[in-house]
Amino acid sequence: MKLKLISVMIVLISGLAGNASGIESLRGMKPLDGSSGKVEVKKVPKDGDLIQRNYVQQPPLIPHKIDGYQINLDFNKCMSCHSWSRYKETGATKISQTHFKDRDGVDLATVSARRYFCTQCHVPQANAKPLVENTFKPVEAISQ
Amino acid sequence: MKQTRRDFIKTNAIAATAAAAGVTLPTLSATARAESNKIRWDKTACRFCGTGCSVLVGVKDDRIVATQGDPDAPVNRGLNCIKGYFLSKIMYGKDRLTQPLLRMRNGEYDKEGEFTPISWDQAFDIMADKWKTAIKKSMEENKGKPVDKITSRVGMFGSGQWTVWEGYAASKLYKAGFRSNNLDPNARHCMASAVGAFIRAFGADEPMGCYDDLEHADAFVLWGPNMAEMHPILWSRLTDTRLTKEGCEVHVLSTYRHRSFELADNDMIFKPQTDLAILNYIANYIIENEAYNKDFIAKHVNFTKTPTDIGYGLRPTDPRERKAKNPGKGKLSKISFEEYAESVKPYTLEHASALSGVPKEKLLRLAKLYADPNKKITSYWTMGFNQHTRGVWANGLCYNIHLLMGKISEPGNGPFSLTGQPSACGTAREVGTFSHRLPADYVVFKKPHRDFAEKIWKLPDGTIPGKKGYHAVLQNRMLKDGKLNAYWVMCTNNMQAGANMNEETYPGYRNPDNFIVVSDPYPTVTAQAADLILPTAMWAEKEGAYGNAERRTQFWRQQVSAPGEAKSDVWQIMEFSKRFKTEEVWPEDLLAKKPEYRGKTLYEILYANGQVDKFPKTQVTDEAGNVYQNHEMDHFGFYVQKGLFEEYRRFQHEGVKKGHEQAPFEMYHKARGLRWPVIDGKETLWRYREGYDPYVKAGEGVRFYGRKDGRANIITAPYEPPAESPDKEFDMWLCTGRVLEHWHSGSMTRRVPELYRAVPDAVIFMHPDDAKARGLRRGLPATVRSRRGEITAMVETRGRNRPPRGLVFVPWFDASRLVNKVTLDATDPLSKETDYKKCAVKVVRA
Repeated sequence: MKLKLISVMIVLISGLAGNASGIESLRGMKPLDGSSGKVEVKKVPKDGDLIQRNYVQQPPLIPHKIDGYQINLDFNKCMSCHSWSRYKETGATKISQTHFKDRDGVDLATVSARRYFCTQCHVPQANAKPLVENTFKPVEAISQ
Repeated sequence: MKQTRRDFIKTNAIAATAAAAGVTLPTLSATARAESNKIRWDKTACRFCGTGCSVLVGVKDDRIVATQGDPDAPVNRGLNCIKGYFLSKIMYGKDRLTQPLLRMRNGEYDKEGEFTPISWDQAFDIMADKWKTAIKKSMEENKGKPVDKITSRVGMFGSGQWTVWEGYAASKLYKAGFRSNNLDPNARHCMASAVGAFIRAFGADEPMGCYDDLEHADAFVLWGPNMAEMHPILWSRLTDTRLTKEGCEVHVLSTYRHRSFELADNDMIFKPQTDLAILNYIANYIIENEAYNKDFIAKHVNFTKTPTDIGYGLRPTDPRERKAKNPGKGKLSKISFEEYAESVKPYTLEHASALSGVPKEKLLRLAKLYADPNKKITSYWTMGFNQHTRGVWANGLCYNIHLLMGKISEPGNGPFSLTGQPSACGTAREVGTFSHRLPADYVVFKKPHRDFAEKIWKLPDGTIPGKKGYHAVLQNRMLKDGKLNAYWVMCTNNMQAGANMNEETYPGYRNPDNFIVVSDPYPTVTAQAADLILPTAMWAEKEGAYGNAERRTQFWRQQVSAPGEAKSDVWQIMEFSKRFKTEEVWPEDLLAKKPEYRGKTLYEILYANGQVDKFPKTQVTDEAGNVYQNHEMDHFGFYVQKGLFEEYRRFQHEGVKKGHEQAPFEMYHKARGLRWPVIDGKETLWRYREGYDPYVKAGEGVRFYGRKDGRANIITAPYEPPAESPDKEFDMWLCTGRVLEHWHSGSMTRRVPELYRAVPDAVIFMHPDDAKARGLRRGLPATVRSRRGEITAMVETRGRNRPPRGLVFVPWFDASRLVNKVTLDATDPLSKETDYKKCAVKVVRA
C-alpha cells in the first residue's frame, strides 16, 4: 500500500515536472516519462457487415477476421471465397475487375500477379474507438 | 468525359514540347477524367515511404475528397498500398495544430509553463531572442578561431520528408546564415550508412540501378528488408516477376520470419549481426570457385581494406569506446586481390553457418546463385544493413559481391539500397542537409567545396564553417550536455524516433538551458516535449518536390489551403530569416569582406538575393487549365519554389562533380518524375554503364566516374560483434521496425480511423515457447525492459512476424508505448546511424 502510494506520487511529480503541458498527443495526457498506455485486446469481429467506402477508388475493407489465413507461393486463402469462380457460392464480394490487368494495362484472363498479396491493400478492422476524430468528408457530403 | 477539341489541342501542344525535350507525358487516364466535372484530379507524390508512388488527388471545394493510384506513373501504375489509398484522410485529424503555442506562465515564457496560443509574430520574437542569445555566445567562443574550428550553439533537426526546397532553404539558413553545421535530417537514422558506403565504394551517392530491375532480374535477394510491408508496391512488382517469369527465385534473409517469407524460395533466419559473416562467405565462395568476373575486376575495381575494431559510436566515456583500438576510423588502404582473397578465407560455409545459424544447404544455394554468371540478380536492403553498428561495412560487403561478379549497373543486375522516407534521397542526401554535407555531394570539410557554395550563394569568403556539425545522435547528447541551446525540430518526430529516449533525447529537450521549437501539423510526442510549437502546413497544402530511392524527382502543386494559421516549412524558414541582421550573426571580420551586406537581413542575403527571387509571381495551372494556389508565392511575392530549385540546380551544373543534373523546374510539373542525371531532357536508368549513362564514353563499357580513377572500391571488412548482446539478465534480442499500416511514428496514419483499426497498438512479437517460458501467452500484457527503460505491450505469438527463440520484435509507431525508451544509442562509428535492430532486453509479465 505504502509502495503504491509512493509510486502514485512519483507519477504525479514527474508529470508536473515533465509534462503538465496542456497539449494532448496520441499518448493522451500521459507524461512522456510516464509508463506505457493501458494494454487492451481489440478484437476483430468474426464476421460483420460490409464496410462503407469513403470514395469509389478506396479498396474495400475486410469485414471479417483473417487470423491464420495463408497467402503464399502455394496457396491464397482469400481466393477460396472471393474468386470469380467461387464468390456466388460463398456470397463473398468478388474481386474487382481492375485486378485483371497487368502492369501495362493488358487485360488478363486471371487475376494479375501484381495483385497476388491481398493484404497489401485490404485490411480487417478491429473494434476500437479512433484515437482522434477525422474530419475528412466524402464528396457527397461536400456537395450537399 | 468526352474530350473536346479545345482539350485535344491543349494536350497535344504540351505533348509536342515534351517530345522535343525527350520526355513522354502521360495524360490523366480515362477513369480520372470521367469525374473531372465534379472533382479536380491532379498528381502528387505519396507522403509516405521512399518508393515514391504517384497519387492522383481529387479536390472539391478546397478539400481533398479522394485519392487513387496514378495509372500513368511508372513506379506504381495505378496501385497504392493501404496507406496510400487513405492519403485523403491524413490531413484531416481533428487535432491539427492551427496556431503557434508557447509554454507560458503568468503571461511569460516559462519552460515549465502550459502551452498557450500566441501569434506568429510573438512566436518569432521569442525564437529570435533565444537564437540571438545562443549565437552571441557562439561568436564569443569562436573569436580568433579559424573557419574550420568554429562551433555553434544553434541547431536544427530536419527531415527526409521535407520537400526539396524546404531542405535547401534550411541548409542555407543554417550553414550560411547562422554559420552552423548543426543541421542534420532524420534520414541520419535511416540512410546514413547507405550514403557512407556509396561514397566509399563509388565516390557518388545513390543507387546505380532503378526499379526497372524489378522486371529484369532473374532472382532477388532480400538482405533483411520486409518489402511486403515496408515497400508494398515494389513488392507487388517483385511478386509479379516471381509469379510470371520462368525460373525466377526469391531469397529472403532476416533475423525473424515476416510477410516477405511468403514468397521465399530460399528462406534464411540468421542471428543478429551475422549478416557480415554471410556476406563474406559468399565472396569467399565466389573466389574459391573462381567464379569472379576477371575482366571486370581487372578494369573496374580496386581492392582495399578498412580499419577494424572501430567502436560503437557511443559516448566517448562508455567502456566499449575506451576499449576500441580504432574508434571511428575508416580510411581505406589498398591491398592486392590475393590479400583480399585471404581476408575472406576464414568465412567458410561451416563457419558462416555456425555463426549465423542458417543451415549450410541454404547458404550454399545463395552463394551459388550469386556465382552463376547467367543469373541476373538484384539485391535489396533497407534498415537491416543501415541501422547496424557496422552498417557502412555491411552495405560495402554486398557491393563487394556484385563487383566481384560484375553484376552491377545493368538491367536486372545490381545492389539496391531501398529508402524509408519519401525524400531521404531528394532532400536529405541530394540537397545535403546532413551536418557534413552541402548540395550535390559537396562537403563542408573541403575548402574548395565551401568556396564553390559561397560563390553560388554570393557569400563572403569563409562564411560556411569547415567543421562537421552535430549529427542526429550527437545533437541529443549536446542538448543534454547544454552545448546546443537553440534547437528547431521540423517535419519529424524525434522524441519517438531517437534511440535511448530516457537517457538522451528527453533530458536534452527538457534541459532548462535549452529552447526547443517543434514545427508539426499535429501534436506529436516531440511537440509535447517542446517549448514552442509551430503549426505546419503539410503535403498537398503546399507546392512540393520529393526524390525517391531510384533517383526520381517528382513535383506536385498545392492542392488545398492549410487550416488556420498553419504555414509550410519553407515559409517558416524564410520568414524567420527576416528576424536577423547580418551583424547579429556574423563577426566583424566576415562583414568587412562584404561591407555592402551590413544592415541587411538574412532574408535579403539568402533568399531575396537576386537569384531565389528571380522568378516573378505567376499563375500555377495544369494542362487542363485548372488554377492552383501557391501560398508562398502570394506571401513573398515571387515564385519561391522555382527560385530555390533553380539556384540549387546550379550546384549540379556548375561544379566539378558531374552526374547529379536535374531538369529545369517546369519539366517536373509535367512529367511523372524523372531519374537524374537528366541530360538533354533524358533521364538515366542505369548509371556508370555505356549506352545508359551519357557520362560513360563509347568503348569504356563501365566507368565509376564518381571516383577519379573510374574504379569502384571492393572494401574488405570482417565480422565484429554488436554493441550489446543478450546475457543472463537481459536474455533476448530486441529488434524494432514498422508495420504496413502505419508509417514511421504513426503521427499521420494513426489519425486515419481505418488504418488505426487495422493495427491499433504495437505488440510484442515473440516465439510461443519464449512466452511460455516466461509465464506469458498470446494476449497477455508484458514488459520489455532494457538497462535504459521499459515499455508494456501485448504479447503476440501468432501474428505476421514470427521471431525465432531469443528475439522479440516491437514496432515503434505507437506513442503510448515508446519503444525507444528501451533501445540503445549505439551507432555505426562511420555513418553515425543508430542500430535500432539490436539491443538486449528481458521480457516479463506486466
